[in-house]
Amino acid sequence: MKTTRTLLALAAVLGLVMLPATALAQGGYSPVTDQRLVKPEPENWLQIRGNYQGWGYSPLGQVTPANVKKLTPVWAFSTGVDSGHEAPPIVNNGVMFVVTPYSQVIALDAKSGKFLWRYKRELPEDFKALHNTSRGIALYGDKVYLASLDCFLVALDAKTGKVAWQKKVEDYHTGYYMTLAPLVAKGKVMVGVSGGEFGVRGFVQAFDAQSGEPAWKTYTVPGPGEPGHDTWSGDTWKRGGASVWLTGTYDPDLGLTYWGTGNASPWFGDQRAGDNLYTASTVALDAATGALKGHFQYQWNESWDWDEPDAPLVVDYQKDGRTIKGLVHPARNGYLYLLERSRERIGFVSATPYVKQNVFRSVDSKTGRPDYHAERIPKTGKRADFCPSLWGGKDWPSAAYNPKMGRLFIPANDNHCGFMEGKVQQYVAGQWWTGVDIPDIGFAVDKSAKYFGQIQAWDINGVKRAWSHQFPDSMSWGGVLTTGGGLVFTGGTNDRYFRAFDASTGKVLWQFRTNSGIIAPPASFSVDGTQYISVVSGWGVDPAFQQGLISNLLGWEKDVPQGGVVWVFAVSQ
Amino acid sequence: MFPFGDREGQLITLEDLPLGGPQQLAYPMDPRTKTVRNGSTLNLISLIRFDPAQLTEETRELAARGVVAYSAICTHQGCPVSMWEAHAKNLFCACHATQFDPRDRARVVDGPAPRRLPMLPIKLVDGVLTVAGGFTGRVGGERPS
Ligand code: FES
Repeated sequence: MKTTRTLLALAAVLGLVMLPATALAQGGYSPVTDQRLVKPEPENWLQIRGNYQGWGYSPLGQVTPANVKKLTPVWAFSTGVDSGHEAPPIVNNGVMFVVTPYSQVIALDAKSGKFLWRYKRELPEDFKALHNTSRGIALYGDKVYLASLDCFLVALDAKTGKVAWQKKVEDYHTGYYMTLAPLVAKGKVMVGVSGGEFGVRGFVQAFDAQSGEPAWKTYTVPGPGEPGHDTWSGDTWKRGGASVWLTGTYDPDLGLTYWGTGNASPWFGDQRAGDNLYTASTVALDAATGALKGHFQYQWNESWDWDEPDAPLVVDYQKDGRTIKGLVHPARNGYLYLLERSRERIGFVSATPYVKQNVFRSVDSKTGRPDYHAERIPKTGKRADFCPSLWGGKDWPSAAYNPKMGRLFIPANDNHCGFMEGKVQQYVAGQWWTGVDIPDIGFAVDKSAKYFGQIQAWDINGVKRAWSHQFPDSMSWGGVLTTGGGLVFTGGTNDRYFRAFDASTGKVLWQFRTNSGIIAPPASFSVDGTQYISVVSGWGVDPAFQQGLISNLLGWEKDVPQGGVVWVFAVSQ
Repeated sequence: MFPFGDREGQLITLEDLPLGGPQQLAYPMDPRTKTVRNGSTLNLISLIRFDPAQLTEETRELAARGVVAYSAICTHQGCPVSMWEAHAKNLFCACHATQFDPRDRARVVDGPAPRRLPMLPIKLVDGVLTVAGGFTGRVGGERPS
């Protein structure tokens, strides 16, 4: 970059010593502390969503609507790995960490793209996973934490990539695996488990960040004697699902973590009578003890495969003249939820549809509990059609919140529906056990629809849609980044574009066609005074499967190329 | 042998295989020692019975009375190919939706798998489905280098 070169030249003239950005190459590494995680420096991207609150917000303001047209690639790095790359680059003082599918971690110099090290996990010969992806790593102290696909928590030395220790979280043979980025707070590393399609019982477990010793473990399906257990019939709780696919958010003041949970197993509610807590819910867990401190269930007796794995954003907002310490969740069920958080409970505030949904007859204004249209509930031996399809109004890609504007940006999908009929499947450990085989899961689109994917902007005070950008020829599968410069960045479309929107108006200001489709959330950081925007492009997993189905229905190009590349952009001078 | 379920460990006979599919997953048993080779899921095979006239010639050569046997381990990333696409009568892998045509040496019809499923030649010995030779290719999925 010209700016940097000028600065370097200037430094040389003045005889200054410029601290090299490649701190790691020089043997230095800035340890990540609790303080830094609570108040992350604008130049760094220390957590997958940039902060504990899950905002996907960078305060950096050098790249603006006025100059974003001049955004150009600075460097790129091919991961050498196929399938869905869903993790953002994590940056700590000039060192970037990227995790790829198959649990590989790569460290790079964030400014130059120089390769530093790679950790390649050797997955067992007989290991297999439905989603062979990873949503990110966590930094703490001088370590990098990885939740591996084969269900180990792995602590790597951030300087070398060498394994410091690893702890088994569960037995992958029984269908458990991990895809999330760990969450670290106050000396504890927390992880959750995937595997809902294989009849697992979800949980969140914490380990001591230094020693790796287990600290606490809380099941997301309560066992006998625990509150909520009576919402299950018979032994159904034992394989009740409620996977924890994604990282929790955290309110450091309350000391509470907020986790989203998956749907129940098997998928059809009539095979497990009851509300089935805490499936399809947000749960509040005390970071120190794991104690459950509140929950909100989006769908009772879930029957549509509407997981709610994305943790709610921790956001304070205004309602009726008062500030509410809140949680915000654009749900897979197609409603945008505003909740209230406290040390004791999660309260319901409002639910507003943001895509077409035909299952809820109404939502109770006090409790948030929905009432269902009976004919929209698929059951064992009874087909039902419902919208949106099982991929929901928004799947796992995270929304972003811009605190300067009070505005939320949702990667939404509309005009698609599904149909299913359940059957009783025999449980075999480690095997598909949902009550419906994939070839029998119905998927349909409204062929007359003008769009499918969207980026929606919502003003949280008042819950009003500000703008919506519509994609007529693609779904929207990208996590979102918003910045202090007033921009929104996301990929998510099958045409491989990475786009910048004006956060105020929704106008597309810049786009760049990458190697593959982007399904990872972007990040922003700065080194030596230059703001960079970075994203990993690498299509795969559910977006690829869905693209195949839609190509049969609408003739979209089926073949979106795969293969991961890390991209870093800056404004050229 | 039935690999799991109510009839786990029982011998699979021709009558257990519905004509035209779906597949029956199976573990092989050593006929001499009676050891069931179920130590690794990599040993899982799929058995499907067709009218022999529906099989391609190369497939028929390794089949026994219309019964074909393939590795049940997906050549994409090693998931068990346990599902059945009933319209096209194809083997279906749940992980990333690859479909294999069992009448044509498990050719990839759709999806990301890079190659067909290895076929296991079989014959009938005293009415028992018996392995007649080695797999036609390497068993297992791809892994990134
Ligand atoms: S493992 Fe079978 S399609 Fe990917």
